[in-house]
Amino acid sequence: MSDSSVAVEHHEPDLQHHFADMGQQKDAASLGMWLFLATEIMFFGGMFCAYLIYRRAYYNEFAAGSRSINIWLGAINTVVLICSSLTVAMGVRAAQMGKRKLLVILLILTLILGLAFLGIKGIEWHDKYKEHHIPGPSFDASDISREYPQLHIDQSHEQIFFSLYFAMTGLHALHMIIGIGLFLYLTHFSWKGRYGPEYYTPVEMGGLYWHFVDIVWIYLFPLLYLIDRKPLG
Amino acid sequence: MSAHIIPAKLYVTIWLALMVLTVVTAGVAFIDLGPLNTIVALAIATLKAVLVVLIFMHVKYTSEKLTKLVVISAVFWLFILLALSLFDYGTRTLG
Repeated sequence: MSDSSVAVEHHEPDLQHHFADMGQQKDAASLGMWLFLATEIMFFGGMFCAYLIYRRAYYNEFAAGSRSINIWLGAINTVVLICSSLTVAMGVRAAQMGKRKLLVILLILTLILGLAFLGIKGIEWHDKYKEHHIPGPSFDASDISREYPQLHIDQSHEQIFFSLYFAMTGLHALHMIIGIGLFLYLTHFSWKGRYGPEYYTPVEMGGLYWHFVDIVWIYLFPLLYLIDRKPLG
Repeated sequence: MSAHIIPAKLYVTIWLALMVLTVVTAGVAFIDLGPLNTIVALAIATLKAVLVVLIFMHVKYTSEKLTKLVVISAVFWLFILLALSLFDYGTRTLG
């Protein structure tokens, strides 16, 4: 071990001994986070692939199922998540500038928006529960068949649409719950003044995760809610 | 170590663009464009995703080329997954 790395270690309390400097440490964390997000893309990618294959095969059931989901709840949730991405981006900025109070406020705002998203999602799922649109023994989409007789809905194919709807929004919601856990952790240590211009890597990595979850929703919204909203001829 | 701090105004501009694109994508869905509906919806979603990745996730400003390589590779792997699956299912009759 060289003398210089030992010397640096004394000056930078947040620098781990296997990195040469803070810049290298941050670049390594960022690269690791992006590699993790690459695996997340493939994780969600499997579902998007299943969606693509079944949507091609059973387009009418997907179109009718999509019409039965509340577009307003989906659109409001898109707005909520985009706002939360702004508060996260501004939060990372506050950390970079060492504004502790602003950082804590922005993180709490993010948490509120995240919880609002989950609450709205809960309302949407509850509607589907009441309509018997949850796949399983009590699944019944005869209301959808009656509403769109010209689409000739097959019940079991409709169930595939709702299976994918619940799997994709469910996996996304699970990521939101994990994100809220991460942000509770970040809020706690931001309050304690752990992060500042010299060291804010955890805030930035948490931010990358949050933005990624937002991007997944940016695709889920049109793919699940907007398949076919045009007037039926 | 000093990081590149992005002006708050740019973040707000990107947020505004994302909001406008959300309204546009929801509105366009009600207009009959034939097969173009899906293409427009996916194009808008991709534009939104690119804005988030480049600005909010700082990929535009990173000096680390490896990060950019990972981002591009991830999208490419997803493309392989979707495209090759589509070639398979597109060229055989299902059921």
